Amino acid sequence: MSATTQSPTASDSRTPSKAARLLGDRRLPVAVTALLFLLMYGVGLSRYQNYGFGEPQVFLNLFIDNGYLLVAAVGVTFVILSGGIDLSVGSMIGFTTMFTAWLVERQGLPIVVVIPMALAVGAFGGFLMGYVIHNFEIQPFIVTLAGLFLFRGLCLVISKESISISDSSVSSMAQAQVSLGMGFLSIGAIVSLVVLAVAFYVLHYTRFGRRVYAIGGNEQSAMLMGLPQGGTKIAVYTVSGFCSALAGLLFTLYIQSGDPLHATGMELDAIAAVVIGGTLLTGGSGYVLGTLFGVLVLGLIKSIIQFEGTLSSWWTKIATGVLLCAFILVQRFMTTRKKT
Amino acid sequence: MTTSSTTSSRWRALTHHHLFWPVAVLVLLLLVNVPFTPDFFSIKMADGHLYGSLVSIVLFGSPLILVAVGMTLVIATGGIDLSVGAVVAITGALACSYISDQSDQGALSGVLLAMGLGLLAAVVCGLWNGFLVARMGIQPIIATLIIMVAGRGVAQLITDGQIITINSEPYKLIGGGYWLTLPFSIFVVAVVVAVTVVLTRRTALGLLVEAVGGNAEASRLVGIRSRRIKIMVYAFCALCAGIAGLMISSNTSAADGNNAGLWIELDAILAVVIGGTSLLGGRFSVGGTVVGALVIQTLTTTIYTIGVPTQTNLVFKAAVVIVVCLLQSPKFRAKVFGARFGAGSGAKGSGKTAAAPADPAAASEAAPKMEVS
Repeated sequence: MSATTQSPTASDSRTPSKAARLLGDRRLPVAVTALLFLLMYGVGLSRYQNYGFGEPQVFLNLFIDNGYLLVAAVGVTFVILSGGIDLSVGSMIGFTTMFTAWLVERQGLPIVVVIPMALAVGAFGGFLMGYVIHNFEIQPFIVTLAGLFLFRGLCLVISKESISISDSSVSSMAQAQVSLGMGFLSIGAIVSLVVLAVAFYVLHYTRFGRRVYAIGGNEQSAMLMGLPQGGTKIAVYTVSGFCSALAGLLFTLYIQSGDPLHATGMELDAIAAVVIGGTLLTGGSGYVLGTLFGVLVLGLIKSIIQFEGTLSSWWTKIATGVLLCAFILVQRFMTTRKKT
Repeated sequence: MTTSSTTSSRWRALTHHHLFWPVAVLVLLLLVNVPFTPDFFSIKMADGHLYGSLVSIVLFGSPLILVAVGMTLVIATGGIDLSVGAVVAITGALACSYISDQSDQGALSGVLLAMGLGLLAAVVCGLWNGFLVARMGIQPIIATLIIMVAGRGVAQLITDGQIITINSEPYKLIGGGYWLTLPFSIFVVAVVVAVTVVLTRRTALGLLVEAVGGNAEASRLVGIRSRRIKIMVYAFCALCAGIAGLMISSNTSAADGNNAGLWIELDAILAVVIGGTSLLGGRFSVGGTVVGALVIQTLTTTIYTIGVPTQTNLVFKAAVVIVVCLLQSPKFRAKVFGARFGAGSGAKGSGKTAAAPADPAAASEAAPKMEVS
């Protein structure tokens, strides 16, 4: 009995040491990102203590200012875990802001009616893309690229100019503050945390979540196991479309206008957040909590650059790129280690 | 009886040529313009320059053709390069900021140096992408995402966030000047395309690229230096993007780190796909890509001339992408047109069915995975 359990380790000439086992742990990338976040926060604290960086509200603002990105990134996490990619996120967000602003301002519909409509449109858009990807076996990259063009184009079809929202229920919703004692969160931030919790539950505690991981890990084996691979794939893109639309609604609340150029390129921010959060872009490995840290790290870069004052906004892009590079290389070395 | 069968076989050969559908779409798009602009095909001579819609389609399409030609080779090796737009911005920013620092912006030596500097930066970006893909074994989408995200930041850093405007006659020539009555950029494009075609079709290089795209590991075992080929191809793609960047900044006499070459990578990929090169790698057609880029530019021009509101441009583009991709998908053809037609037109030469193994699903899933392991 003991011999059989020992034999694999014995036959392996390089018995993994504690350090090697730690490096092979799938949770390590998330831990690294969390550590990086704490480190950056610490640097921020020591540098800008006198400017109020230590206020709890500065931390809470990370959620308020990046809630929409978190929701979008959670949707993208599903897609990337399943081994796909979704480039239509930014366009879908932009389209939702336009669609919402147009219905509320120009058509006079109450926001309560518009919200489910926008979510339905987003989910349906995602469903269509998933349907085409699965049924016609076209690469996700190209299909969602078409989605990017389509939704950005539809934005412009609705209106070329931005529509600002002056509806009182929208602004009261946008300005609502939920007190937490030491500070407050906006409704958008709360919604994003709820989405994160639901995604966490779905990915780690439901059959659907297992299927997403299985398909991303190895689609062939997942198919041979008899998993409903098509349904799962389509569902994943539907989830992403739904999350993008929800992110669009949160963005509308945050910015209180619709603009055809809103959220241009946000799919890259979302993908970057997912990668920095330690999810493997080949699919099958990663944690949605990592995505939270990815978003927080990106948000923290922005706030640090704001506090620094002398640094310009383009440093955000450069810093994001450098971080992205570092994490991709880390992932690369970790996957090599696992394979050999 | 015999004549009819030869004509039908000729017709068959024609429709099955890999350039048939892209060219047919292009001609159709051009013809659509005639009812709206009767003198669409006329080319006028004024001030010693040729003017006309066809000339301007090629002129405005030049940067896209360049980027798409570079992209074709990258896609042929089974990769993809998302960073070309950022490379366009960096090159333009570097060249323009160098020229604007000169006391005499019209000096030829300064302009040449600025161009060399810009192109050098582009090649460095390409080598970096190639290094990540070939040496580190990172998925091309992700490897090139780094420069796509950071590159625009770098371009804005170079221009200090401003739009740098310059006033340099020699520099203006590349993107907005005329030579031998034609826009100078047409000659640049012609040279790049000719060099690419000669290198890939008259030497073994094209075959090697296709071999690497077909199966990188197998080609390495056969003795092809697949890593070196990949690095070269990314460097070449970035160089093309760099020339396009010079052209764009020269045409507007300005470097805009934020907007120069925005979304050009997507248009370029689209041009490559329309041209019949499979995204799975292993087969490519430079001629098809040029036609594909012209289709996109003609589509844009047509939308302008017909008077369709320009904002629907993107919706049209999306429709074209979807239709082209669906037509290229063997499964779609089988489902919609029936198995026989689907199989028959599969040999049409999109390259996809011919190059891909019997099960496209297995191929599309296996290809990206292979990069990583």
